[in-house]
Amino acid sequence: MAVKFSLNSQETEFAGAADMPLLWFLRDYAGLTGTKFGCGIAACGACTVHVDGKAVRSCVTPIASLAGKSVTTIEGLETDGQLHAVQQAWIEEDVPQCGYCQAGQLMAAADLLARNNNPDDASIAGITNLCRCGTYPRIRRAIKRAAGLLAESNQS
Amino acid sequence: MSGASTRRQFLRVATSSLGGLMVSGWLPNVGANQTAGEAPWLRNAVQLFVRVEADERVFIGARGPEIGQGVRTSLPMLIAEELDVSWDQVTVEQLPYGVVAADSEAGVDTKYGAQNAGGSTTIPQSWLEMRQVGARVRDLFVRAAAQTWDVSIDGLKTKSGVVIHPDGRSLSYGKLVTLANSLPVAEHPLALKSEDAFQIIGRDTAVADARDIVTGRAEYGIDGAIEGRLVAVVERCPYLDGEIESYDDSATLAVAGVRHVVVLPIPSKTEFSEHLAVGIAVVADDTWAAMQGRKALKVKWQPGPWATDDTDKFRDTAHAALKLDGEVARADGDIVAARAGADQVVEAEYFQPFLAHSTMEPMNATIALEKDSALLIASLQSPAAASRLISKLTGINRLNIDVRLPRSGGGFGRRGQNDFVAEAVHIAKAVHKPVKLIWTREDDLRNDWYRPSGAHGMTATLDSRKQLTGWTHKVAATDRRFRIPYLAGRDSWFTCLDADAFPAGCVSNYLATFTAVPFGRPLGWWRGPLPTFVAFANQGFMDEVAHAAGADPVEFRLRLLGEARELKYKGHGGPIFDTGRLATVLQRAAKNIGYGRALPVGHGIGVAAHFVFGAYSAHAMEVSVDNGKLKIHRCVCVADVGTPVNPLGLDAQLSGGTIDGISTVLNLEVTVKDGKIQQSNFPDYRLLPMADAPDVEVDVVQTDYAPAGAGEMGTPTVAPALVNAIFAATGKRIRRLPIGDQLKT
Repeated sequence: MAVKFSLNSQETEFAGAADMPLLWFLRDYAGLTGTKFGCGIAACGACTVHVDGKAVRSCVTPIASLAGKSVTTIEGLETDGQLHAVQQAWIEEDVPQCGYCQAGQLMAAADLLARNNNPDDASIAGITNLCRCGTYPRIRRAIKRAAGLLAESNQS
Repeated sequence: MSGASTRRQFLRVATSSLGGLMVSGWLPNVGANQTAGEAPWLRNAVQLFVRVEADERVFIGARGPEIGQGVRTSLPMLIAEELDVSWDQVTVEQLPYGVVAADSEAGVDTKYGAQNAGGSTTIPQSWLEMRQVGARVRDLFVRAAAQTWDVSIDGLKTKSGVVIHPDGRSLSYGKLVTLANSLPVAEHPLALKSEDAFQIIGRDTAVADARDIVTGRAEYGIDGAIEGRLVAVVERCPYLDGEIESYDDSATLAVAGVRHVVVLPIPSKTEFSEHLAVGIAVVADDTWAAMQGRKALKVKWQPGPWATDDTDKFRDTAHAALKLDGEVARADGDIVAARAGADQVVEAEYFQPFLAHSTMEPMNATIALEKDSALLIASLQSPAAASRLISKLTGINRLNIDVRLPRSGGGFGRRGQNDFVAEAVHIAKAVHKPVKLIWTREDDLRNDWYRPSGAHGMTATLDSRKQLTGWTHKVAATDRRFRIPYLAGRDSWFTCLDADAFPAGCVSNYLATFTAVPFGRPLGWWRGPLPTFVAFANQGFMDEVAHAAGADPVEFRLRLLGEARELKYKGHGGPIFDTGRLATVLQRAAKNIGYGRALPVGHGIGVAAHFVFGAYSAHAMEVSVDNGKLKIHRCVCVADVGTPVNPLGLDAQLSGGTIDGISTVLNLEVTVKDGKIQQSNFPDYRLLPMADAPDVEVDVVQTDYAPAGAGEMGTPTVAPALVNAIFAATGKRIRRLPIGDQLKT
C-alpha cells in the first residue's frame, strides 16, 4: 500500500518497500540528493531532515513511519526563494569546506534555533552531527549569527 | 552519453549563442606550440578557462578536483587576478578532466594541465600557470581595444574588466569580446602583476559555490545521475587477499529489485591491481534493494595469507625491529662516536596506529560504459589515473572517456586511489548497464588504504654543557611494497621517514634509518602521511630532550635552529628548508599563546613546529587534565605558507586541519585482530564531535615566497604540541597514539 506524506510541501506517495529508509527514497526516487548518506546508522547526521518540524536522521527512518507526516529536506528549507537564516549565516561565515555534511548540519541548526532562539556554546554542543573537515568553530559562529538574523527579522 | 547532463556541451552551446569568448579550436600539443619554460598545453588551453559574455559576466573554469581544500575558489582567483576583472563579475564553473590527442606513446596529453589533488600541490602547481592564463586572456582584450582605437597597446590599462585609454576613454571586456576572440593568443609568457598590484589574491574570498552547498544543489560524486543506472553494493572479503570458498545467492536474488549478482575478478596477490578485495556485487534497482540483497548473501571466505595479522602483535614486532640496524636514509658525522663521548643519552620509543581516511562521503562511482565511450561521475583526487584505469580495463580510447569532477565529500588522500572506480568498471562490464556503486561506511572503513603505522626509536646525545651532539631517528613501520613489490629504498618508505627533517643539518652527528615491518594492509596518503607520522615522534622527543638538557622547550628549538639559513631538503616541499621560517612560526605561536606567563594550577603549554611540504607550521596548546579527561583551553596554530592566495580559505584549512588533528590524536586508530579490521562505523571510529572541538586561533605569517598549499599544513604539529602540553600540565609523557584512555591511568 502506498505511503502518503508531504515532502517539501508537496503531497507525495511511495508504493515501494515500506522499510526503505527515507534517505534512499529521497536520493533514489524523489531526486532530492541534497540529503547525504554518511553512515546508515544515525551516527553522523549527514542525512538529517525535518519530520513535522523536528530534526531526524533519515537513514534510519522507514518510509512507512511517515504516513500523514510532513518532511522537509535541505531543498525545502528556503521559503519563497528566501534563504533560511541558517543558510544565509552559513554563507556569511563561509562555513563549508568539503560541504558534504553541511546539509545535515544546517537542518540540525535550524531545528535547534526553532527550539532555542539564543543558543550558547553548550546548547550548540548538543548537535552531534560529525564533520571530518573540522568546520565546527565556524558552525558555532554561524548558528549565533543566524540567531541574530532571526531576531532582526522578528523585530521588523 | 545518455541521460546525464553534459556540462562541457553546455559550455560550448552557451558560448556560441551568447557571443562569448569562443572555445576556439585548440591544437595538438606538438613542437610548434611549445614555448621555453612553459608547459606546452598552456597556450592552447588559455581560452578554455575563460568565457566573457556581452553582459560583462565572466565565467572562469576551475580545473582541480574540489575536495574541501578550496581550489574551486582559489584557482579561479588566480585567473581573475591577472585577467583584471572584478571578483563580483565572476561565476566559477568546474571543468571536467581533460585530455587531447597527442603524438606520443600514450596518444593523449593533458588539456588543462595538472588536475590531481594531493600533497597540497594544487596551488603551487597553478600559481604561475593560472595567472598566465588570466594574463594571456587580458592581453587579448587589450589588443582588441588597441585595434578598436587604432592606438598602440602601450599606455593602455585595465581595471575591473575594462580597458582604459590614456585619454580616459574606456571599453569593457564585454564590448570587446567578439574582436578579442578573433585574435591569436600570445605565444610567449606575459609579464605578471607585482604583488602590490594584487586586487584579488590575498583578499578574503568566500567559497565560490557556497549557495549551492547550503541549498543542497551542489553535486557530489555520489549524486551523479546517469539514466538507467542500477545500484551496486559489494560484499568484500574481510581478510586481505582472502578468497571465496563458496557462496549462496539464492536469497539475494529473491529480494525484490535485485537484478544481478556479480563476482568481481580476483586481484593479483603479487602485483598492483586496480581493485583491492575479492568481492561479490549485488546489483539492484535502488540502493536499499541492493543493501537488502547483500544482507541475504551467504558467503564463506578463505582467510588467505594475512589471516593471523594482529595490530597488537604488529606493535611489538615494530618496537623489536627498532633494534635492527635498518636501511640508512641519512648519516651525518659519527653517531657512534657521539654516543661514546656523550655526557647524557636520551632515548624513547614512539608508536602510531593505522588510520582510516573516513571521508564523510563514502567511496562511490557512477559509470556508463558503451562500446567506444565511457562516462564516469565520481569524487576523485586522481582523475588522470581513473581515466587510464578505465581505458586499461575496457580498451576504450582515453579521448572518449569523459571523467567529470563533481565536488568531493572530503578526500584527505583517500581518493588518490581509484579502487572503487575499478570495481564499478568490472560491475558495469558484467551487467551491461550503467552502474552506481555505493560503499557503505563499514565498507569504507574496512577497505581503506591506511595511514602507515609503526614505531620510532629516538636517541639524542648531550655533552657536558647540555648541548645536543647527536640525533638518531629510527623508524620500523609498514612500507609501501604491498602489491608494489618492485619498490626499493626511499620509494618504499618515504611516507614514514623524513631523513631531512629538523634537526637534520642542525646537529653534527645525525642518523635516520628505516626497517620494514610487513603487514597485510595497503597504505595511502592520509592528510600528510609523512609529516603527520614524523612530527609526532620528532617534536614529542624534542621536548623530552629539552627537558633532559634542563632547557626551555621553545628556547632549545630556537637555539638548534640557529641563524636563519637554507638547508637542503630532498623530500616533497624541498629543495630548501629555511630554518628562519620555522623559527618564526614557532616564536609566533609561543607569543600568541602567552608562553611563559603564569598559568592556572594544573595547566600546561606545549609547542611543536615542523616543515610541511614546503610550508612551516607550528601549534601551541594550553591544556589541563582532570580525572583523566583532557581539556584544551587554548589552541594556537601559526603557519607560513608563502603568499596566501585566499586568507579566508587558508584560515579554514588550518583551523579544520587542527581539529582533524585533535580528533585523530584523541581517539582514532584502526586495529586488526585475526586478520580482520575491528572498527566498523563512527561509533567505534570516533571523529571529534562539536562538543569537543575548541576554537582555533589561526595566525598566518605573511611572506612573499611563492605559495605552498594549505590542505595538510594544519594537522602534523597538533599531536606533538598536545602531548607536550599534557606533559607540561601533568608530567605524563604520551608516546603512543591515540591518547585514548592513557590519561586515566
